[in-house]
Amino acid sequence: MTSFLQQTFNGLVSGGFYALLALGLAVIFGMLRVVNFAHGAVYMLGAFGAVVLADSAGLGFWWALLLVPLALAVAGTLLERLLIRRLAALDPLYNFLLTFGIALVCQDLLRMKYGSHSQPYEDAPFTGSVDLGLFDFPRYQVFVLAVSVAVCLAVWLVLTRTRVGTIVRAATERPELTRAFGIDTGRWVTPVFGFGVGLAALAGVLAAPMRAVNSSMGGDLIITVFAVVVIGGLGSVFGSVLAGFVIGMLQALGNLYVPVLSQTSVFLLMAVVLLIRPAGLFGKEEHA
Amino acid sequence: MIFALLGKLRRYPAPLRWGLLAAGLLAALGLPWALYPPVAADILCWGLFAVAFDLLLGHAGLLSFGHAAFWGTSAYATGLIAIHSGLPFYVPVLGGAAAAALLAAPIGWLAVRRSGIYFAMVTLAFAQMVYFIANQWGDVTGGENGLQGIPRELPGIDLSDSFVFYYAMLPVVLLGLAAAWRIVRSPFGRVVAAVRENPDRVRALGYSADRYKLVVFVVSAFLSGLAGGLYAVNHGFASLQEVYWTTSGKVVVMTVLGGIGTLWGSLIGAAAVVRLEDWLSTAGFEETGLVTGGVFIVAVLVFRRGVWGTIAHVAGVRGGGERAEHEPHVQEPDGTPQRVPS
Repeated sequence: MTSFLQQTFNGLVSGGFYALLALGLAVIFGMLRVVNFAHGAVYMLGAFGAVVLADSAGLGFWWALLLVPLALAVAGTLLERLLIRRLAALDPLYNFLLTFGIALVCQDLLRMKYGSHSQPYEDAPFTGSVDLGLFDFPRYQVFVLAVSVAVCLAVWLVLTRTRVGTIVRAATERPELTRAFGIDTGRWVTPVFGFGVGLAALAGVLAAPMRAVNSSMGGDLIITVFAVVVIGGLGSVFGSVLAGFVIGMLQALGNLYVPVLSQTSVFLLMAVVLLIRPAGLFGKEEHA
Repeated sequence: MIFALLGKLRRYPAPLRWGLLAAGLLAALGLPWALYPPVAADILCWGLFAVAFDLLLGHAGLLSFGHAAFWGTSAYATGLIAIHSGLPFYVPVLGGAAAAALLAAPIGWLAVRRSGIYFAMVTLAFAQMVYFIANQWGDVTGGENGLQGIPRELPGIDLSDSFVFYYAMLPVVLLGLAAAWRIVRSPFGRVVAAVRENPDRVRALGYSADRYKLVVFVVSAFLSGLAGGLYAVNHGFASLQEVYWTTSGKVVVMTVLGGIGTLWGSLIGAAAVVRLEDWLSTAGFEETGLVTGGVFIVAVLVFRRGVWGTIAHVAGVRGGGERAEHEPHVQEPDGTPQRVPS
């Protein structure tokens, strides 16, 4: 029972990472119809950003948590302005391929600079653990889970309760109709892209104290996140987040009961979902 | 290569047609003289892989981002059959290709439910599943170490010399290319192209679009498997690299560089990428992803027709760069970007 709860908790924590990444992918896809392959690379850059800030400027975790997502969000908006926009009129496949190329370049640039071994990150806040009777919760992981849940909730509230959120949702679901109402959807494309990139960078900074920081940390993760959004429904923010947490738990509990299937379980679940609901659990049928 | 070339050349004047055909044949036969033979053999393998991939992307309009699963599964299956049976290498390679096709059937059956970008993500995810299986099933695949000591058997001929092996594998590659060319020119291939252009109309005509997509997916996987099996025999081992997602990306870059939908432009793309990587690794530069990624970015941004597509376009040949021809214009005359219905 203790190990079950322990694994459920671990699953929720890694689910938080999936949710943050899937959320970013979902808003970017919604607004731009771009599946950002470079999302995993941004996550990796976020973790490296924290390491670099600590090593070169002596800036600790909290500074990294603030500065790195901001810096990468700005880089993301530049990327959108300079490159991604140029392919917006074409088949979405071209932007998928472009971001794939960008991901490869980022990954290998970091490998050139730092090699393939992991970088140490010592600036973790909240060391130690809290004892809640059943087992010890590492305090930092409790913090990560709280942040990811809070961010997902905040984004959801913004999307559902504010005017900006209404515009973004409208532009996501009916771009032509939204424009016909005189709303300049183009204005929101770049900020939304930057925001999605910032979310991935935030996940990366959060990962730095608890995961191995190396050049390949994003590549494998992004493929699992793709499976997450296929399961949740790529067009659905809610579905992506929920699927993120569910799959985190599925993997962790799989690790406990059927270790062989732990890593493949997410893809098996994806197969089942495709069989029953090709558009994903919360997605709508659409051609893209 | 030869047959693919013949098909393209139907629209050229006869002397040019036969001239190019002869040049292609000479290039194929002379390659191990011009290059280090194992590299020449690699070009054949990747070339066939890229053509098989373009059969799916260029002609069916399906971007699979998980073709490493078929190339790699065949590499492992070929290796296992060759190690345990000791049969002439043609048999293990065929067995490997069959294994790839067998794997492609369920994956394709599920993946064709989605199209476009979803299709890419779904195939990518399934390929990653194959990667995890290859990684964990260490008793069979060798896990991290890969499958070592795959023999090159052919009774009566000593294949230990890579130069000889090149000519032993060339017929298999040519047969594979001929099959790809034949499929594109067949009534079946016409329906596949129609599915790409207008799936709803094809359905209205009474065809099952999904079934056509599935068949071309399996055929593409079979041909990719032929290529992957030959690659494993050429190198004497199969590693996790063969089933990793970067391998799927590499075959995409080859096809984009050669020209999507040009079928045989993929051969040029494959040759260019293999040569480039060989040159870089000889120079001690290990970060090949930096170069492949860079080529990718440039090709997608400014060189979407690819090498063969551009040549055909400049020469004004119809059918050159079939996909590129349908590509919408990036800019309207007044300079505003135009979104096209997908």
